Amino acid sequence: MSKAFSSEVDAGSREENASKRKSDYDVAVVGGGLLGSAIAWGLGRLGKTVAVLDEGDITKRASRANFALVWVQSKGLGMPAYTVWTVRASGAWGRLAAELKQQTGLDVSLQQNGGFHLTLGEDEFGQRTELVKRMHNQVGAADYKMEMMPASEVKKALPLIGPEVSGGSYCPLDGHVNSLRTFRAFHTGFKAFGIDYFPERPVSAITKSGGEFRLATPKGELRAAKVVLAAGNANQTLAPMVGLYAPMGPTRGQIVVTERTVPFLPHPLTTIRQTDEGTVMIGDSKEDELDDRALKHSISAVMADRAQRTFPHLARLNVVRSWAGIRVMPRDGFPIYDQSETHPGAFVACCHSGVTLASNHAFEIARMVAQGALEPELVGAFSASRFGGAGAANNGGY
Amino acid sequence: MTTTPSRENYDFVVIGAGPAGLAAAATSAEAGLSTLLLDENIGPGGQVFRAIASTPVTAREQLGTDYWVGADLVQALRAGNTEVVQRATVWSLDRNLEIGVSIGGGSSFVKARRVILATGALERPFPIPGWTLPGVMTAGAAQTMLKSSALVPDGRTVIAGQGPLLWLLAAQILRLGGRIDRILDTTERGNYFAALPHAFAFLTSPYFAKGLALMREVRAKVQVVSGVAELAAVGDGQLASVSYVAGGKRETIPADLLLLHQGVVPNVNLAMAAGVEHRWNELQLCWSPVLDASGNSSIEGIAIAGDGAGIGGATAAVVRGRIAARAAVEALAPVAAAKLPPLATLRAELAKAERGRAFLDTLFRPSPQFRIPSGDTIVCRCEEVTAKDILDAVAIGATGPNQLKAYRRTGMGPCQGRLCGLTVTELMAQARAKSPQEIGYYRLRAPVKPITLAELAAVPKSEDDVKAVVRG
Amino acid sequence: MFKRSEQDKRPPVQIFVDGVAVAARQGDTVSAALLASGRDVRRSTAVSGAPRLPYCMMGVCFDCLVTIDGVGNRQGCLVPVAEGMQIEIQKGKREIGK
Repeated sequence: MSKAFSSEVDAGSREENASKRKSDYDVAVVGGGLLGSAIAWGLGRLGKTVAVLDEGDITKRASRANFALVWVQSKGLGMPAYTVWTVRASGAWGRLAAELKQQTGLDVSLQQNGGFHLTLGEDEFGQRTELVKRMHNQVGAADYKMEMMPASEVKKALPLIGPEVSGGSYCPLDGHVNSLRTFRAFHTGFKAFGIDYFPERPVSAITKSGGEFRLATPKGELRAAKVVLAAGNANQTLAPMVGLYAPMGPTRGQIVVTERTVPFLPHPLTTIRQTDEGTVMIGDSKEDELDDRALKHSISAVMADRAQRTFPHLARLNVVRSWAGIRVMPRDGFPIYDQSETHPGAFVACCHSGVTLASNHAFEIARMVAQGALEPELVGAFSASRFGGAGAANNGGY
Repeated sequence: MTTTPSRENYDFVVIGAGPAGLAAAATSAEAGLSTLLLDENIGPGGQVFRAIASTPVTAREQLGTDYWVGADLVQALRAGNTEVVQRATVWSLDRNLEIGVSIGGGSSFVKARRVILATGALERPFPIPGWTLPGVMTAGAAQTMLKSSALVPDGRTVIAGQGPLLWLLAAQILRLGGRIDRILDTTERGNYFAALPHAFAFLTSPYFAKGLALMREVRAKVQVVSGVAELAAVGDGQLASVSYVAGGKRETIPADLLLLHQGVVPNVNLAMAAGVEHRWNELQLCWSPVLDASGNSSIEGIAIAGDGAGIGGATAAVVRGRIAARAAVEALAPVAAAKLPPLATLRAELAKAERGRAFLDTLFRPSPQFRIPSGDTIVCRCEEVTAKDILDAVAIGATGPNQLKAYRRTGMGPCQGRLCGLTVTELMAQARAKSPQEIGYYRLRAPVKPITLAELAAVPKSEDDVKAVVRG
Repeated sequence: MFKRSEQDKRPPVQIFVDGVAVAARQGDTVSAALLASGRDVRRSTAVSGAPRLPYCMMGVCFDCLVTIDGVGNRQGCLVPVAEGMQIEIQKGKREIGK
């Protein structure tokens, strides 16, 4: 049962009651996308009382627009700790999938048998080779066995590649998942853990008084001992309310998807994957434009062209849908996990890879939030202090 | 053979060659504007005048005089300079009035100064148990086969539902020597009373006498069961029988073919994908575009005419096509517009054509149990999602069709919600005790019809487009 | 399920359905010709394998999907028949190379 919103109480009596009453929830998670849902689910799993405050049916929700890779290769150039964090997530995904299956009966179709980034032409192959070298030379990163393969080797794993494919990189840790079903599994799991999910409650203000957080929504106020900001790019505006900083630099990405076809692609690629349902997803662009209702067909055309050059038989498949989504993107591309000095009990979490890192969010971040402190040895590198003074905030285009 | 449009720019592009589109294109061509008419079908006519230029039905009276009006419209169109492309599937329209059209497996883009959407209507979903079984079709489907190929039912045939088209189809099938075993009329008895206030307008409209005559003609030959309150198609992999309840009594009759019809609703996919604002129409129980009196939509340069603008029937569609075209001509070439019939005349014609509509809408307002299914009845035919699945999704937090999509894939198949969208909105509205307007609709985007990957790949692209995609 | 009216004087067109010759008429759509053929022309869906036949005949329901001249998932109700056309009834998901 949901605990009532303490909405219609006037400010004075609320102050009075606050000291006597226990908060409505141990933790309020702001944002019900994949990231917030994973943390909330993880907190529920640890026996915490949790409320998830979410937006409504139309919202910029990367959890509905993503490409669904559980991806390791090429992550973390410039920040070795991100590589370590990603490899940990990849390793824990199997456990997450198993627990979700056991709890909800939903199979999220996790497949982790290695993934490719394929290159077209010799120039791209050369550039990719350079990148793999730089990744290997980076000190402090986990070794995730990313290797370059010539086309002849790739063909053994992916027999349908076309003549323009010059080769590519392969990483045995890479995989993919049905991210929409994962999303549904988390929300289904909420029920079993007694987590209250409140859609249509975007949070407009957060204050702390009497040792608890008060979150204002259009449908009233909610009180919690702790708060986790997991509102994607909107974290940029929410974070300062609790003494945190989350500079974002979102970009738009387009994806096209085909009708269902018989299974032909045993491994996911960075920009092409076949879902467990049989559809073929083709990604993805990176644009400064932030209108997710519009589409640029000429950009989809580039994606389609590369896909049919990679797998010529795709040319005849029908594209049934295409969409644009807004990436949640911290300004330097790496995750932000932070806790407030001025508002103890307030946390912020945002990252681009809500699918890949879902296991870490469910198991590690949830555990740390439950304990009341982030662990520097695991996530210290992801503090927003790396951006320097908070005064330097710009709106990152959001 | 299909050909691509001869130019890249037109004053006027009309999408859909049904009554509204034919009339609009003829009007604009008459005013001397460069006009392109794009239509998905093999020949002009839309649904109501389907196969008007090619029907093998030579006994004209069998199709009825209303049908042959279409021939005059086609003739008027052909008398002008309109460029007509058939088998042209428009898959994209944006607010810059750029149109992506697929013809013969290749795509072209044309730009218009004015666009008139005349994409018409489609039959309202009729989600009863078993409606996906082979042997269950829409009445419109049977009428399409009748008009374009002179094909009529010859197995055990049941027609179920309500509305003028149902009676017209039944009469046509009988005239062409087809078989109908029974008609199951689902019109709610209470609707007759609700419609009474509109009865005078209807009685004095041309629909009344025609409708009455059709019903007499059909009733003389076929058993008609009124007050059908429950309906199911039954069979294992193929329709075997139709089960229904009327007057509190259940009956099951063997059947090879069940034809369903409960009215038509605007075909909104292209307009919605273009970003045209729509609102829920509480009387017609469907989404209708927000339009001014000339059919102009919320997007500058895009007007909507015909049943896509809200259901009004073929006669009204023709006039709406002329009004929308006249307004567009007025904007682009005021001098030419002066030679067209005056707006006041057209508006008077429209008022006459719309007479009786409120009566029909009220009388043939489909019952909730035929719009809002329950249990294992399939709602989304493409992804095979049931009513129960949707209610389960609401229970875990889906507030509208878009979150439902994420949870359950409704509307993600090739039909893109055309056969489930209204049901989903109404089902969620009922489950959440909200209005359909509050629940909303799927967010639609191009391509509104599938195109091949090769076709998409062939769209012209710039260096910047390549840079937005390719990265190390 | 359907029969042709005697007044239909259109010239015949021969098509092949899963290799078997079927008489159609000029101007028929593929779906109309299939329904008129009297053969079992049920496809099975890509999702569950459930059997289906055309439902709307006007291009919106996609239940008429069929392989025409080697190309899968075409809307049979929008394509006119042509002499010698090869039709295959689809079973399940579209195949590679079709």
